[in-house]
Amino acid sequence: MNVKISFRDVVKTYPLKDDTFTALDHVSLDIADREFVTVVGPSGCGKSTLMSMAAGLVEPTSGEVLVDGSPVDGPGPDRGVIFQQYALFPWLTVRKNVEFGLKLMDLPAEERRRRAQRAIELVGLADFADALPKMLSGGMKQRCAIARAYAVDPQVLLMDEPFGALDALTRVQLQDQLLDTWSKDQRTVMFITHDVDEAVYLASRVIVMAARPGRLHKVVDVDLPYPRTEEMRLSPEFGRIRNEVWHAVYHQAPAVPAA
Amino acid sequence: MTQLTALGKSPAQPARRAPSRSRRAVALNLVAVVIGLVVWTALATVGVQGLPGPLEVAAKAGELIADGTLLTDALASLRRVLVGFLLGTLLAVPVGFLMGWYATARGLLEPYVQFFRTIPPLAIIPLAIVLMGIGEVPKVFVIFLAAFLSSVVSTFQGVVDVDRTLINAARVLGASDRTIFLKVVVPASTPFILVGMRVGLGSAWGTLVAAELIAAQEGLGFRMQQAQLYYDLSTIFVGLIAIGVLGLLMDRLLLLAERRLTNWQERR
Ligand SMILES: Nc1ncnc2c1ncn2[C@@H]1O[C@H](COP(=O)(O)OP(=O)(O)OP(=O)(O)O)[C@@H](O)[C@H]1O
Ligand SMILES: [Mg+2]
Repeated sequence: MNVKISFRDVVKTYPLKDDTFTALDHVSLDIADREFVTVVGPSGCGKSTLMSMAAGLVEPTSGEVLVDGSPVDGPGPDRGVIFQQYALFPWLTVRKNVEFGLKLMDLPAEERRRRAQRAIELVGLADFADALPKMLSGGMKQRCAIARAYAVDPQVLLMDEPFGALDALTRVQLQDQLLDTWSKDQRTVMFITHDVDEAVYLASRVIVMAARPGRLHKVVDVDLPYPRTEEMRLSPEFGRIRNEVWHAVYHQAPAVPAA
Repeated sequence: MTQLTALGKSPAQPARRAPSRSRRAVALNLVAVVIGLVVWTALATVGVQGLPGPLEVAAKAGELIADGTLLTDALASLRRVLVGFLLGTLLAVPVGFLMGWYATARGLLEPYVQFFRTIPPLAIIPLAIVLMGIGEVPKVFVIFLAAFLSSVVSTFQGVVDVDRTLINAARVLGASDRTIFLKVVVPASTPFILVGMRVGLGSAWGTLVAAELIAAQEGLGFRMQQAQLYYDLSTIFVGLIAIGVLGLLMDRLLLLAERRLTNWQERR
């Protein structure tokens, strides 16, 4: 099992008025190549911070983050990021948004168009390819953001509560779609969510974090086979795992005060 | 049944409502203008000291148009405003970008911008005359300054306010700083720049009359100044109305450009 992303003894502190705030406290975690992990934990426990480090948007205060064995040095198109707030360029159409990353890759125009079209079709936005983001619903915006990330064909997908703002139905559809493409392309996915059900349904491992200071709390293996189906959500095994994760998230012992 | 009719009707409704609402607004605008004219006429007939009525002013306007003075004056004023305004915004945009993008540039420039912003451009006039004489230069300069100061601040604000997630979204797709600047920061701050330009145009136009007090030979402000010497209120009114109409026209033009360039914005 090849390690794709490796957090090694990562600490992140932010300076406060008189002392420092510890956002992440000695986090070590390996994510295997082609693994699908989800990260859950109370608000403020450092989930986004952890992911931003893998993305290269935030640097650790100490420790290191490795991707493919070498330290992360800034963001790169090998790691696609999907932000909670969609982050579409509002002045560009869906197609232009999806082509944004492709344009930076020096592809021939024809190849660029082909790949953008494929990504747009994959997320079911073909009819809206020339629409501006303001004309899209929340779910469509998120699908556009996903298409934009897919188009550059990253090996790693980093997703920060991507379905958080969506209604239950759209959310389930996008979950299944995500699993579907993941099982085809076998990317490595790190997926943050606050929805325990979603965390268990998607992942082969659920990383539970704790707050104050932000740290790893528990890792729960999800021994359910892929492809995941809607019936599985109702199975006793799913229920058991969900309870375990639920308990780990919502009944955390208070942190030992740091010395 | 009821549901079906309701559903069938709904898509057509907004399309139908929009023009009728704007027609209503235009009608109200016209009513307001008519009421204004009536009040004006009433005040003039009641005999408010020397106040000319609308007809008198219209006659004067006809006169000034016929002998070409109004056109010459308007063109002279427009030229000053446009030159000052264009130079001002042309400089304001790069300076605003520099200030928003580089902390060093901001640190160096901000004190000056903030300081000069608190000085009304009119207060610069005496200095401008002493330093630049009484030709076109000081007039254009004062208008330039007014336009520059008001658009530089909003350009700067626009750049500072660019959503961090958009910049991050570009970075994770592999964009260099240059690409981020050109493809994200510039388009994202366009709405601010255009608002700044409108404000700048407003203050440029507002500075005009005072600038034309500096020994001008022509111009709407100059004409009004002359008229004041002869108690020629009608000419003053013609000048005022011309300034208002031209200012409004230019503002609408910019507004149109703004709508065009920023129609991607979500409007509530
Ligand atoms: N730039 C910053 N300066 C200071 N503190 C910060 C900064 N960024 C994050 N933090 C703090 O670090 C902690 C972790 O933030 P982070 O966004 O990673 O949490 P999260 O687990 O993603 O929370 P949520 O579930 O609410 O999104 C928070 O307490 C936050 O206040
Ligand atoms: Mg977060």
